[in-house]
Amino acid sequence: MSDLATLAAGCDAAPSVPILRERGQRSVFCGLTGIIWLHRKIEDAFFLVVGSRTCAHLLQSAAGVMIFAEPRFATAIIEERDLAGLADANDELDAVVTRLLERRPDIKLLFLVGSCPSEVIKLDLSRAAFRLSQRFAPTVRVLNYSGSGIETTFTQGEDACLAALVPILPATTARGLLIVGALADVVEAQFRRLLAALGIGPVAFLPAGQANALPPVGANTQFLLAQPFLADTARALEARGARRIPAAFPLGAEGTALWLAAAARAFGIAAPAIEVVLAAPRARARAALACHAPLLAGKRIFFFPDSQLEVPLARFLAREMGMQPVEIGTPYLHRQHLAEELALLPEGVRLSEGQHVERQLDRCRAAAPDLVVCGLGLANPLEAEGLATKWSIELLFTPIQGFEQAGDLAGLFARPLQRRALLAV
Amino acid sequence: MQLTLWTYEGPPHVGAMRVASAMRGVHFVLHAPQGDTYADLLFTMIERRAARPPVTYTTFQARDLGGDTAELFKSAAREAYERFQPDLLLVGASCTAELIQDDPGGLARALALPIPVVALELPAYQRKEDWGAAETFYQLVRACVRPAPRAPRVAGRPARCNILGPTSLGFRHRDDVREVSGLLAALGVEIGVIAPLGASPADLARLGEADFNIALYPEIAGTAAQWLHRNCGQPTVRTIPIGLGATRDFIAEVAALAGVDPAPLLAGEAARSAWYARSVDSNYLTGKRVFIFGDATHAIAAARVAREELGFAVVGLGSYARGFAREMREAAASHGIEALITDDYLAVEAAVAAAQPELVLGTQMERHIAKRLGIPCAVISAPVHVQDFPARYSPQMGFEGANVLFDSWVHPLMMGLEEHLLGMFRDDREFHDGAGPSHLGHTAPKLVDRVPVEAAPADEALSWAADAEREMQRIPFFVRGKARRNTERFAQERGIATITMDTLYDAKAHYAR
Repeated sequence: MSDLATLAAGCDAAPSVPILRERGQRSVFCGLTGIIWLHRKIEDAFFLVVGSRTCAHLLQSAAGVMIFAEPRFATAIIEERDLAGLADANDELDAVVTRLLERRPDIKLLFLVGSCPSEVIKLDLSRAAFRLSQRFAPTVRVLNYSGSGIETTFTQGEDACLAALVPILPATTARGLLIVGALADVVEAQFRRLLAALGIGPVAFLPAGQANALPPVGANTQFLLAQPFLADTARALEARGARRIPAAFPLGAEGTALWLAAAARAFGIAAPAIEVVLAAPRARARAALACHAPLLAGKRIFFFPDSQLEVPLARFLAREMGMQPVEIGTPYLHRQHLAEELALLPEGVRLSEGQHVERQLDRCRAAAPDLVVCGLGLANPLEAEGLATKWSIELLFTPIQGFEQAGDLAGLFARPLQRRALLAV
Repeated sequence: MQLTLWTYEGPPHVGAMRVASAMRGVHFVLHAPQGDTYADLLFTMIERRAARPPVTYTTFQARDLGGDTAELFKSAAREAYERFQPDLLLVGASCTAELIQDDPGGLARALALPIPVVALELPAYQRKEDWGAAETFYQLVRACVRPAPRAPRVAGRPARCNILGPTSLGFRHRDDVREVSGLLAALGVEIGVIAPLGASPADLARLGEADFNIALYPEIAGTAAQWLHRNCGQPTVRTIPIGLGATRDFIAEVAALAGVDPAPLLAGEAARSAWYARSVDSNYLTGKRVFIFGDATHAIAAARVAREELGFAVVGLGSYARGFAREMREAAASHGIEALITDDYLAVEAAVAAAQPELVLGTQMERHIAKRLGIPCAVISAPVHVQDFPARYSPQMGFEGANVLFDSWVHPLMMGLEEHLLGMFRDDREFHDGAGPSHLGHTAPKLVDRVPVEAAPADEALSWAADAEREMQRIPFFVRGKARRNTERFAQERGIATITMDTLYDAKAHYAR
């Protein structure tokens, strides 16, 4: 079932990092999960999953169960008669969308989200989106992407969603910076202020908070990835002429400084001018990190694959908090986008791509790390075995990027250890 | 296609997981795409299980679809057997794998493993979670039990019964089993096997040795109990011991089948709930309007308890379990209402809003509905939430269960004495609508901001005279909605177009029973 292969890294920017590639059971979410944070980010968008009862159940289970009265996501559940051809699935879908849009006149952008069953029965959602777009134009725009588990892992759902937005971004020839990847509003506002102080502009964000405020793109657009999992989105932007600014990701004081400095250099800002802007917030971030350092320094940490944030997180924890990564598991390793990160990883750390969860659990138990970063399915069982864990989904739901959040990010890893020290039961 | 915001039940393979996770020595190999592993978190996070569910997922991806997903299934099943060494292997497919038609049963049998393999057909596009659990348990029972006519009980040997139906992720199953086991012990009835919860395949093989079965959760145990009745001659106890009356009926039914005397147990019953319901402070509970929704077993039982043991008026009764629609309709008819059979959350919300109950007994979904409508609520049924696995002992069944029901349904309501005192002091300076809680001083938020806008009269022909409207404002806000509704109904029934002060007090006299 698995072809265990240890290969030398082929990326010239990175030291030769050995990578363990595994195949087997992958204990990861599918791309539909991204809807949970994307629907909060784009205020007038609705996400309609075309899938099965399993998809609906996943969404409500992952959403922390039924928080929102009438959320801006739903599932059109495929039934037996849709499969048997008794009902034309396209007619059914049109009827569901019509009903939905009647109920929700506030919706300006509708995503038809493909799932495993819709992919397997080859329901063409791009044609459906085109057809429905024409019917509901200009009030509602209908787009499609796949969040299916057979094609996407967890955060790749956001990548697919943003990539679907790229073709409809307005064109521009003006020079500008585009920040790509969903960020909490507070983080976005901080970055706007810092980039303005650096003298970079105009600055736009993808996704935007409103469907009709899409950022423009063109040959003079340079873009900076705020998240490490946006391979397809980056490719789509490059196809529209935009150029990626290679950079480490804005996690921790160092990562944030490197990320902002990369943008500044690309916009021709001189090093002393960059330093003037970054010095104070970086010092503040370092001070916040120092509070957590005594607890985290020297501790060994093991990452199960989950969000593709694992490599930048390990870099941050190793370099700024003095932790020792034992294994950094990631569902996919995008060598090009992670080149700056890989170069900063400590020598000899084990990287693993893909997953064979049973073997990885064996390795984890054998390594007996001080902290395990893993998904919700594994966390409590590992705690019961005596290992301290940090559930990884919180890293997507919590603002962690930027200088002002660096302390919070360290705090997420410190809290499980603090709590263990505190409890006397 | 069905537009769904929230679902009451998961897909059928989650039901199968609930059975597999409840048992010992069973491993489930599920042909499923990556992502379906989310189901693990239901067990590890909601139920806080200390171990991963005994499930191996094949987690195929798009690139596997062009290749050999069947081979992937076989290697996953072989590895799972070697690693976990189960006594029995369950195999099945989730919704996507059902479409690619790899036949997990045939593939697993081809491996010629030295253990029994039970193949599940779980039609994901027709069926749901509870059905999946019932089907899985039934297939396991069929695979493990050898049909045999029941041997007559040797004189002097205590009667023996099995308890069927408790699973992982069940609503208070853990505590119900303990409570019911205590009742059986008090009656002198032996327990043969409790299944699926805690049972191994070898335990299932002993099911036929008992004299009768208790189908504690008919949604899950019904099919298996019927099969055992037909093939092993075991009768099934039908009463579900939720509430005091039902617990007494249950004891009588078990005692009759076991040939023991229920009188000593019934005479020494320990439920405080009956006395609490009779105590003067509970008078205010009389006729409280209650809306009930849940799985069929818990909802029907709750309706009986609400009426007979708390003196409530059942104004709504329904279930998401279409398979139990007949039982549900019969129960609703006995309360003089029509059953609501739907799994559409929005339809339930509309029905709750229309019924204007004073208490909602429902699932976690209805808890959210009630919160939005500002109505007190208690949870009585799955789908479960992390709060439904309390650290303390908290059964729904038996005498202690009746006490738990009393507490958990009454506490969300205003306490009786509090209600009377508030009525007495309603004209007090501190008790008018605009006053914030006095103990919070002047900085407290003004209550008036938080009182929801009251509904316009249901009938547009109806209007309120200014003096009647003013008088209505003097009624404490928490009973005002009921008073307004009653007055309007009274006026409508009598063709009164304008509600005056007299109409208001005529209505009050009319409804004061």
